[in-house]
Amino acid sequence: MPVIDYANPSRFVALADRVLPWLMGATLLAFALGIWSAYLAPDDYQQGATVKIMFIHVPAAWLGTFGWVLMSAAALGTLVWRHPLADVAAKAAAPIGAAFTLMCLVTGSLWGRPMWGTYWVWDARLTSVLVLFIMYLGVIALWRTIEEPARAAKVVAVLTLVGAINIPIIKFSVDWWNTLHQPASVLRLGGSTIHPTILLPLITSLVAFTLLFLTLHLAAMRNEIMRRRVRTMLMMQADARA
Amino acid sequence: MTMDLGPHAAFIVTAYAAAIVIVAGLIVWVIADRRHLARALDELDAQGIARRSQGASKEKP
Repeated sequence: MPVIDYANPSRFVALADRVLPWLMGATLLAFALGIWSAYLAPDDYQQGATVKIMFIHVPAAWLGTFGWVLMSAAALGTLVWRHPLADVAAKAAAPIGAAFTLMCLVTGSLWGRPMWGTYWVWDARLTSVLVLFIMYLGVIALWRTIEEPARAAKVVAVLTLVGAINIPIIKFSVDWWNTLHQPASVLRLGGSTIHPTILLPLITSLVAFTLLFLTLHLAAMRNEIMRRRVRTMLMMQADARA
Repeated sequence: MTMDLGPHAAFIVTAYAAAIVIVAGLIVWVIADRRHLARALDELDAQGIARRSQGASKEKP
């Protein structure tokens, strides 16, 4: 079957039904490996055992920004190609991206208190991530405010693409401004600065959380297609009664 | 199998607890939403409401 056929929501739901059990299995396996490798990871020479917070903070930060990038790609799909599943993908990603951004902020604060001596500073990295979280809440509110999905999709797509300006600001904030948050240490030119005994569990955790994001996103997309079916059927019922 | 988390154990445990609560919240939200929508679809099906695509497929020979 050509890939374009999966643009049909019914075929997409059938595909999701087949893929989800495998994705769930892979997620559970990756988490088992991630938790085991995090347990075995040695303490950092400076952070001590607090480095274990990084095994959840870094994946949460990555998925908070990944969620917005995914929504931006979907926004292009809505505005440029009018892909029938683009706004479904965007709407399903918003609460998941918001949840991971919240996890990033909470775990970052809990790491910051013992390491920096404060839960929060208004530096460029922390503030731009807080802005990302607020933008997620704005997008979720907008989806709920406009009842007609096609109209909501266009408005949200424009807001999402405008908000995408914040993604490079988050990424490069630690280079452009003098921040308390440390510069990039995983993905950087010249290779990672993290010792392999800590980098390996971190990468395992990144893979596990990414698989979790994809599983939840696929399941939420399937739910959104069902929600639109319910809406269509309720409208047909109302028309029949009128 | 005990783990010594050092002087900042409370921060580490709280961070992991927060992550578990957020992930569990997402999973419960997705499952509860699916159950609610499946029930609504079943009720509408039982009332004989068919989607246009279902109606069209039934009309095919």
